[in-house]
Amino acid sequence: MATAVQPVVERETYLNSNYGLKSWLLTIDHKRIALLYLMSITAMFWLGGFFAMLIRLELLTPAGDLLSSDTYNKMFTMHGITMVFFFLIPSVPAVIGNFVIPLMIGAKDLAFPRLNLASWYIYMLGAGLALWGFLFGGVDTGWTFYTPFSTAYSNTHVVTVALGIFVVGFSSIFTGLNFIVTIHRMRAPGLTWNRLPLFIWSNYAASLIMVLGTPVVAITLLLVAFERLFHIGVFNPALGGDPLLFQHLFWFYSHPAVYIMILPGMGVISEVVTCFSRKRAFGYEFVALASIAIAVLGFLVWAHHMFVAGISMYSALVFSLLSYFVAIPSAVKVFNWTATMYKGSVRFDTPMLYAWAFIGLFTVGGLTGVFLASLGIDVHVTDTYFVVAHFHFVMVGGMVVAYLAGLHFWWPKITGKMYPEAPAKLSALLVFVGFNLTFLPQFVLGYMGMPRRYHAYPPEFQVLNVLSTAGASVLAVGYVLPMIYFLWSLRYGKDAGPNPWNAVGLEWMTPSPPPTHNFDETPVVTWEAYDYEHQPQEEITVGH
Amino acid sequence: MATSTEIQAAERSFQHHFASIEQQRDTATFGMWMFLLTEIMFFGGLFCSYLVYRHNYYEAFVEGSQKMNIILGAVNTAVLICSSLSMAMGVRAAQMGNRKLMVILLLITIVFGFGFLGIKAVEYHEHWTNHEFPGPNFHFETGDPAHPATDPLHTEIYFGLYWAMTGLHALHMIIGIGLVTWLVIAGMRGAYSPMYYSPVENVGLYWHFVDLVWIYLFPLLYLISHKHS
Repeated sequence: MATAVQPVVERETYLNSNYGLKSWLLTIDHKRIALLYLMSITAMFWLGGFFAMLIRLELLTPAGDLLSSDTYNKMFTMHGITMVFFFLIPSVPAVIGNFVIPLMIGAKDLAFPRLNLASWYIYMLGAGLALWGFLFGGVDTGWTFYTPFSTAYSNTHVVTVALGIFVVGFSSIFTGLNFIVTIHRMRAPGLTWNRLPLFIWSNYAASLIMVLGTPVVAITLLLVAFERLFHIGVFNPALGGDPLLFQHLFWFYSHPAVYIMILPGMGVISEVVTCFSRKRAFGYEFVALASIAIAVLGFLVWAHHMFVAGISMYSALVFSLLSYFVAIPSAVKVFNWTATMYKGSVRFDTPMLYAWAFIGLFTVGGLTGVFLASLGIDVHVTDTYFVVAHFHFVMVGGMVVAYLAGLHFWWPKITGKMYPEAPAKLSALLVFVGFNLTFLPQFVLGYMGMPRRYHAYPPEFQVLNVLSTAGASVLAVGYVLPMIYFLWSLRYGKDAGPNPWNAVGLEWMTPSPPPTHNFDETPVVTWEAYDYEHQPQEEITVGH
Repeated sequence: MATSTEIQAAERSFQHHFASIEQQRDTATFGMWMFLLTEIMFFGGLFCSYLVYRHNYYEAFVEGSQKMNIILGAVNTAVLICSSLSMAMGVRAAQMGNRKLMVILLLITIVFGFGFLGIKAVEYHEHWTNHEFPGPNFHFETGDPAHPATDPLHTEIYFGLYWAMTGLHALHMIIGIGLVTWLVIAGMRGAYSPMYYSPVENVGLYWHFVDLVWIYLFPLLYLISHKHS
């Protein structure tokens, strides 16, 4: 068959549709905004990692020799604030969610593209305020800003940093609002709620928390600032205020916020596990509704952060019981992911390695959460390294690992290029080994009674602390590697093609990288999510 | 019905990631309701603090409440309700395509808004000169100074909440006036028509919400048991 010689015309994508700094800074394309977020939160991740490194170096020796106790206080505070508010909360939603949610539901963009860009600028403004506070003296209250220390005693930049978090909160409110409205109003014809990918469900649940919870922490931190500036005395016992009220208001947001930091990650895992098992998600409806259940229950458990703070025995009992309930939907998810893999055609690609790491680490993190929800154990391990290890298992072992799984899974879609598989597998291994080496010893340390937030400790704790610091170094290498090979792949990676994983889902039915308007024709959906049984089992051709 | 300029204006406002202008309108309104939900939670934190301290320090809150100027507060409530009426009529005028009437009604709304802020400023000035602002200069006396009925510290919390709550409400009013001004400018240029008026409708929702917050603030702050002896 004779073919006429065609001049090679480069296909127009969202990346090459126009050029220049201005075309990025004024873009209203959700895909470009996702990349703006990717760059900003990556910078914040390394900053938070830098603080973590100083913490681990200080804890290498029992004596408080590297950092003074005041500097150490600032380090763990700024580590927590940077990682929680400026990395974890926006990580999966604002980067991966921003990029793939419109693609997954067959929309041309989010419902409010300008609001989406505005939320990035608000993020940058908040980050700028926080960095300003960090740079000109730091803040030492802990990321929780407990009163009256934060309002009456701390002589650091509490107001600047609290205002930074207040501002960045609105970025997360607007992102959540945009997602909810988009998921309600912008779905392609035929894409009913029961056909939505589970990633959409879990981001929907997380968005509910962002919209309902974040305003409360915003007003709480504003009151902290007012108290410092105008002495309104709401949280200061010397002025007749009640510090417990602060804790109630703070955790009313910040406990659900923990689920903002895990639900979108769970969504990533649902996508990855189904794709690399070639099976429909086991118990789809249960996994979907478990996300909503976690979001709803998340609002009813906040006082389990206050068991030793002086709340009444009866309310502690109720909150303890309600906290146990969260384990049910979480377990539903873990069991259903494993059941999805059962008798599936399981593949060992990098995203799947991360997904396995997630399932294992999240299970440990979740189960130790049940320990902490039970009153007797909580009293014993409150404010020890047991708590530190627990939430790092969920936030780092869970969310960061899921974020990496998602980045690897959708990188071909985002850039059109494959990352190199061998170093990626190595990095997944390093992250898993390094993470466990860092945080498993901390469970033991905490159980033995090492308190958190001290820069010095008795010499008998040194061995486990050295292990932990060594693990942190391995973990750091595991994080540096993807940074290098992702950048490398932009230039040297193989072309990915529209669907390198042979996955189902609307985002894989458009070219990689997608055109600015996502789809040339609005897709019409006539199939269930994860319809792998009816998908031709083609070999995956790219990436090996 | 619709003139060609109206159709052109509606087409200019149509964003191409929507399938239809109806979908765009639905989406915008839904988004505004979601935003108002976040606003409820935002003010909710303050109302929650108010309830806790009113329960703990009821007597002190009554004492503080005596210092409120009920006449000015009631007048302001009336002003806000009138502003909501003119706003609602403005939305209706936009819906009917009566541009001139819409602009006039929105201007009336702005005047009411400034009226509210002006009266509020008079009240603030009164409290300020009476040292009823929390901080080192706060001063509050009840009855016999040798045997104060309540702890002035607790009344200070009342005033702290009063300034925080009404101050945030006033900030919302200022933003609202800015938004309505923007509607007036765009409206005079002919941006809105019966085919496209969702900015007017949604700013209207916001305005009513801010009005509603005051409807709660007024009795909670001004009208605490004046029969107290």
